[in-house]
Amino acid sequence: MAKEIKVYSTSTCPYCAMLKSFLAEKNVTFTNFDVGKDRNALTEMKNKSGQMGVPVTDIDGRIIVGFNKEEISKALGI
Amino acid sequence: MYDLIIIGAGPAGITASIYAARKKMNMLVITKDIGGQTNWTASIQNYTGYRLVTGEELVKRFSEQLEQFNVPVKENESVVSVQKSGDVIKVKTDKGEYESISLVVASGRTHRKLGVKGEDEHIGKGVAYCATCDAPVFAGADVAVVGGGNSAVDAALQLAKIAKKVYVIDMARDFIADPLLVDQLKANNNAEIYHDAKVTEILGAQFVSGIKIEQEGRGYEFGVEGIFVEIGSVPSIDFAPAEMKSRRNEIMVNCKSETAIEGIFGAGDVTDVPAKQIIVACGEGAKAALSAYAYVLRKRK
Repeated sequence: MAKEIKVYSTSTCPYCAMLKSFLAEKNVTFTNFDVGKDRNALTEMKNKSGQMGVPVTDIDGRIIVGFNKEEISKALGI
Repeated sequence: MYDLIIIGAGPAGITASIYAARKKMNMLVITKDIGGQTNWTASIQNYTGYRLVTGEELVKRFSEQLEQFNVPVKENESVVSVQKSGDVIKVKTDKGEYESISLVVASGRTHRKLGVKGEDEHIGKGVAYCATCDAPVFAGADVAVVGGGNSAVDAALQLAKIAKKVYVIDMARDFIADPLLVDQLKANNNAEIYHDAKVTEILGAQFVSGIKIEQEGRGYEFGVEGIFVEIGSVPSIDFAPAEMKSRRNEIMVNCKSETAIEGIFGAGDVTDVPAKQIIVACGEGAKAALSAYAYVLRKRK
């Protein structure tokens, strides 16, 4: 079954852009939440990760703060 | 055993990697991230060949150029110590240990911290060092910006557009930022500016809830959710042996990029080379790689 992947990001953050292009490159489908505009998503991100820095990736409940290629690849099994 | 290890993958480290890869050196790059400080730079107008380029775009171009050589890059890895015993340079990181004949230190610089109570435990929990990255998270909130240079005023400007209120806390009597930027900031009526002021404490439980400052002997406390610290940068060289460092805690290099330790070279903003510019860092990275290459050839004879 495909993994459920959520990305919490802002429109200006360079590490968010790197993360998103990395996922796109690997043909990984994800839902992006712009926490600068979506306050509910921001609260969700804070609750899940216990912090406020972007990006945050949620891979089937596994939370990864920042653009950590290694951790994300591991969680995705790629 | 590698021919060359490069610490850092900003403009200096990436350029060094490209030069070394073209020399077909057996090499490894160890870095916290790709791009370093360039990532935080909104617009670059003095990199030859580009009239205007964003930091993000330039980093993308740099890393695409590096990727074609399939150089092994250890990302999200921090170097803990560097030691030379005999002819072998040992690099210890938070994840492993590596050995090499030569080393290029291009670890760059990182944000200077305030060093006040409440700062460390709130990093990423309201305390931020990159407005480009994190400013939008504080839309509609009250925030503080600490600093008086271009990056501080620029951060305050970005925040003034989206936050409810922005307290700007500057240690100096006047901003050292470009007057043009300062005028733009003063035109925002949600920006409240405090000069000759210093931060004494950051308040909050899990997340930041306020900031304490002192101005002319008087204490103030503001309720804020975000605090952007923009007070310059410090070299990232905690791992480097003391004999390599200058009094300003930078890596001393000569015109051949050599440091005090034979076989270890330095490049970019981490060194005492005066102009902290992307294009200078690239040039220095190229030089360091060529010097390392020549050194390795000599050692192999």
